[in-house]
Amino acid sequence: MSAVRHVMSVTVRDRPGVLVRIASLFARRGFNIESLSVAQSEEPGISRTTFVVTGEDATLEQVQKQLQKLIDVIKVIDHSQAKSIDRELMLIKVAVQSPEARVEIRQIAQDFRARIVDVARHALVFEVTGDEGKMNAFIEQMRDFGIIELIRTGRVALPRGESDAQRLPSVRSRAA
Amino acid sequence: MNGAEALLKALERQGVDLVFGHPGGAILPVYDALYDSPIKHVLVRHEQAGAHAADAYYRASGRVGVCFATSGPGATNLVTGLATAQMDSSAVVAVTGNVASSLIGTDAFQEADVYGITGPVTKHNYLIKNVEDIPRVVAEAFHIAATGRPGPVLIDVPKDIQQAEFRGSFEVEIDLPGYRPTVVGHARQVRKAAEAIRAAERPVMMVGGGGQVASEEVLAFARKTGIPVITTLMGIGAFPAGERQALGMPGMHGTVTANRAITHCDLILGAGLRFDDRVTGKISRFAPNATVVHIDIDPAEISKLVKAHVPVVGDLRDVLPRLGEELEPLAIDAWWEQIEAWKGMYPERYKKDKPLVSQEVIQLLREASGGDVVVTTEVGQHQMFAARLFPTTRPRSFITSGGLGTMGFGLPAAVGAAFARHDETVVCVAGDGSVQMNIQELATVYKHQLPIVIAILNNGVLGMVRQWQEMFSAERYSEIYLADSNPDFAKLAEAYGIESYNIFDRETARELVPQALARKKPVLLNFFVYEAEKVFPMIPAGAGVDEMMLGDQEPDEVTADGPEVTA
Repeated sequence: MSAVRHVMSVTVRDRPGVLVRIASLFARRGFNIESLSVAQSEEPGISRTTFVVTGEDATLEQVQKQLQKLIDVIKVIDHSQAKSIDRELMLIKVAVQSPEARVEIRQIAQDFRARIVDVARHALVFEVTGDEGKMNAFIEQMRDFGIIELIRTGRVALPRGESDAQRLPSVRSRAA
Repeated sequence: MNGAEALLKALERQGVDLVFGHPGGAILPVYDALYDSPIKHVLVRHEQAGAHAADAYYRASGRVGVCFATSGPGATNLVTGLATAQMDSSAVVAVTGNVASSLIGTDAFQEADVYGITGPVTKHNYLIKNVEDIPRVVAEAFHIAATGRPGPVLIDVPKDIQQAEFRGSFEVEIDLPGYRPTVVGHARQVRKAAEAIRAAERPVMMVGGGGQVASEEVLAFARKTGIPVITTLMGIGAFPAGERQALGMPGMHGTVTANRAITHCDLILGAGLRFDDRVTGKISRFAPNATVVHIDIDPAEISKLVKAHVPVVGDLRDVLPRLGEELEPLAIDAWWEQIEAWKGMYPERYKKDKPLVSQEVIQLLREASGGDVVVTTEVGQHQMFAARLFPTTRPRSFITSGGLGTMGFGLPAAVGAAFARHDETVVCVAGDGSVQMNIQELATVYKHQLPIVIAILNNGVLGMVRQWQEMFSAERYSEIYLADSNPDFAKLAEAYGIESYNIFDRETARELVPQALARKKPVLLNFFVYEAEKVFPMIPAGAGVDEMMLGDQEPDEVTADGPEVTA
């Protein structure tokens, strides 16, 4: 059996400890968490998390069911099963060795619709959003110039169209 | 009113009138409030025992068991008890004190990350940060513990929250949008299940711990359809052991008939069980020809180990009656003929070629009690002998640590069961190894003069480990010998004020067992039994259900060295 990559949305009550529970469920079944993003949803008290995990395909359904059992987990969606859009955001600092390099870097960045968010004498910082393929392609292009550092948010995902698969119940009380 | 008083009031509103616990620094305000509370407190002598007692209280009565412990070591001592309850789906609410909120995370005296530590061994847990949350958290904890698939819930209450002034309301609404157990089985799935059962020629029903709450429904379904019924270790009593349709326990130490039926059946109706590895053996050899219909309230159990062809998520109390309505009595006479033949060929049997053997002690206990008692067990050979030779006829009456296999469970469980079932005699079947793991509870047994008969099957070794070492480690006995340093259990019990006897032969056993059962007060019987007895049949770990080793259950075995007894 081979390890397969899955993008999963887990909607949770905004309570301390809930991420630990989710993370330990993945760990117990041998799943590695590649990226994780957490933020408030449109409903106060409820957060959306997106996990990118790799692990055995056969155990994924079991992990999904176990996640669903956690009291503070409201919904679990495996985006590999659903039609979804996913995006991530990256900040990347590229070395500028010469005036010619600066022109070339800016040209490539334009093609990628990357925004310049900081300009220094020997470096440029870009903000790039898009899917994973675009991130990786941009990184490849910048490698020759010299990447000083980069950071990625990890993927966030939503189902396409009018699906309300992720619609949330409202929460009455404050978090305990 | 302070937080501690509010906590007790919230517990009262859940119908709690009894808790098991042990006080300490960080839970002092609760114990102070207890002084004026109508809630009765049973002082255990170790927090682990408190958790087991609360667990058994639930199993014996169906009412949520409650235990208290202090912070740090008090709370960490609960962990084994919580894990035991979690594995066997037992509704327990544990309340722990913690150091004051301002000290949490500072490595204060008797501080431990109880919320973090107990997460993996509970159905859910809470750390209360606001005194006004107490009524809602308690209401949610009881709701979570007792509904759906039951399980333990822990509430950690920092000391300053216990002391804080409470001005909140007890009229609270449960607010759990992520928790909606499926109780009603899907109509289409119930129909599909009925179709599969109707089409089967050799069906068998397997009932697990979930059946303890649905014993009437199980009995009605079984009677109407005439289906053979296997009960797992956790399902003992969910279907009466004496019924003609009962095939006994499946799995590693199951009956030959149950295991043969599993191997040869063409349909398994699994009801409230989780196909544990001790039941299935090697999965690929488990019921190879069977269509599997699996009813369980926990969707995560379906197709976890054994693939279900027809899954039905729901409560047995809902699903079984509806399934029964769809079915007529099954025409399975040929299958029954086969099963009866196995039953006839493989009755329970053992040899009485020594002054005293474990099986006959258990049989004596069953006969003398009429089977009409609550049985608790420790873990090991005696547990398996009890499961096979002392299965109770009523639900909620065979109380054992099945999933976690916790040595030290039986004696505190007897305490919990005795409080749950006031006038009934409780028999704690124990081994000389296991019983020492919570032996301090003799004090609790004595103090409340509980009608508990502690039957120690004292073979001087860790019997089950010895059996494995004999069979699978070429008799390289490693660290199993106890006899040279066991206490004199009768003297020990006497030191606690408990009537007790050392018993070396079957004549004395026959005389003392009925007397002890009639006493309605604590009695400890220390039976010296044959050391090298083994539990048979046995399926070696990792082998298939069809690869049973029969040992003394072999029908044509020569019994030259003593009379053979059929139980």
